[in-house]
Amino acid sequence: MSGLTERPATTVALAVILLVVLAATLAPWLAPFAPEDQPFDGLSLEGAPLPPGAKYWLGTDTLGRDLLSRLLFGARTSLVIGLVANGVAVAIGMVVGIVAGYVGGVTGATLMRFTDLMMAFPALLLAIVLAALLHPSLWIVALVIALVNWVQVARIVYTETRGLSERDFILAERALGAGNARILIHHIAPHLVPTAIVWGTLGIATTVLLEATLSFLGVGVQPPQPSWGNIIYESQSYFQAAPWLVFIPGAVILATSLSFNLVGDTLRDLLDPTQRGRG
Amino acid sequence: MPLILARRLAQAAGILLGVALVTFLLLHYLPADPAALVAGRSANAQMIANVRHQLGLDLPLPLQFWRYLTGLAQGNLGRSYIQRSEVAALIVARIPATLVLMAAGILVEVALGLVFGILAAVQRNSFADRLVMTLAFVGVSSPQFVVALLLLYVFAATLGWFPMSGFGTLRHVVLPALTLGLLGAGWYARMVRSAMIDVLNQDYVRTARAKGLSWRRVVLRHALPNAALPIVAMIGIDVGQFMGGVVVVEAVYGWPGIGQLAWQAIQQADVPIIMGVTLVSSLFIVMGNLLADAAAPILDPRIRGR
Repeated sequence: MSGLTERPATTVALAVILLVVLAATLAPWLAPFAPEDQPFDGLSLEGAPLPPGAKYWLGTDTLGRDLLSRLLFGARTSLVIGLVANGVAVAIGMVVGIVAGYVGGVTGATLMRFTDLMMAFPALLLAIVLAALLHPSLWIVALVIALVNWVQVARIVYTETRGLSERDFILAERALGAGNARILIHHIAPHLVPTAIVWGTLGIATTVLLEATLSFLGVGVQPPQPSWGNIIYESQSYFQAAPWLVFIPGAVILATSLSFNLVGDTLRDLLDPTQRGRG
Repeated sequence: MPLILARRLAQAAGILLGVALVTFLLLHYLPADPAALVAGRSANAQMIANVRHQLGLDLPLPLQFWRYLTGLAQGNLGRSYIQRSEVAALIVARIPATLVLMAAGILVEVALGLVFGILAAVQRNSFADRLVMTLAFVGVSSPQFVVALLLLYVFAATLGWFPMSGFGTLRHVVLPALTLGLLGAGWYARMVRSAMIDVLNQDYVRTARAKGLSWRRVVLRHALPNAALPIVAMIGIDVGQFMGGVVVVEAVYGWPGIGQLAWQAIQQADVPIIMGVTLVSSLFIVMGNLLADAAAPILDPRIRGR
């Protein structure tokens, strides 16, 4: 793992991820206020949200709620959706890719044609349609994201499995009498672990962005449950008067997604020596 | 060659048919009831049933799909439930705006990607290279709607250089195009850099240098054309990405394209418009891939034999 420390950007990214995880797990203890709390001094006398200050460190939102507290609890939403949605997407992609690549034949061809079909869908549009018409909740949003994000993993795993199953050592193993289960578990799966790790990381970046986008459009996680996207959704009409309500959550979303991308990219370099130094 | 082309076209048609079927089924089984929405809040069960009959939603599902397909074959995408006009006409009226936005966005992407990708490749492992590659990552990790709001805040609300929203003049295009282009430019820069590094290590580049050509000429005339193929392939894929992204960008900037049309239709569960926009978007994606494939042998003669 020495490669991680050689890259200062990746070290910072790891620290950011650690911070987000800590914020999400410790939100109830770290947050200075309850996320739904509307304290009487949370708005100015004119009823405007408060800019960052001594009492409300990052300011308050249009309902007078503490932004920092909402961001901390929002980290839970984003992280849960990121882990669940991406976990499901990687799992679906792995299963589809392995079955299509190893079994081949009509089953494999059908699965890959279906994957091609999914590639031709405008993913974001599909996610918006599904989320909007399904009465969005946290789990629905996670499921929708998983349903549009497994395709890329399936394609990559398919190509890798196809390549592996045609290699001589698999043929040798089969000649020695090994069954499909043994070949899959002992010889194919270990080679796919790096792919699973890399996409398990990179995919979280995509997922966090997609969740934020859906919530920003109002079809993601529903208020009052805070999510980084719906904090912006709730305050976008005031972005000229209260820019902190849009750009602080925006910076948090960017930092999180960037960190997962950087770490995922570093992992890809470390786990795949042929890519090293090519960026 | 014509045979391959015919096969690819048949495949594309098959994919579009599949997209139509999947979208149709999805929209049918989703819990939103278009008949109830069209009939309005105060409608009783009888009125909703009447509307359902009028819209043909009480027919058996295969028959509904067949009617939709036969309509499609005649270029008929059905009628909007809410606006009561032809979906095809609504979409055709909106497409030019989206195409303008898409073209401007791709222009920004390719221009930035080329400049910074070449810069990074030529000065490989320098500070500039690392900076460009880090910025590329920032671009691809940015939430589009936040960048849209940030550009609005700085260049429209604060500096007043560009209008807040709308459509019509060149100044209206700048911010939406930058939003689409800035974020995607990172992918192009990374790809141009890696394509250029591959090429710059090849013997013919060394030969060109050895025979006394200037570095600038070698990079621009000998190495760069080799990066054209991945760029064109990427534009083909990008068209698909854009079709999703325009929903967000058009919503923020009030841009009257098909993304906005889709967004309004989604909020009203106006199924025929959602179907139509999804199909048209898929058509764009499939065409983008087809054109990229068709361009490949023209840009790289080595592919022709295969």
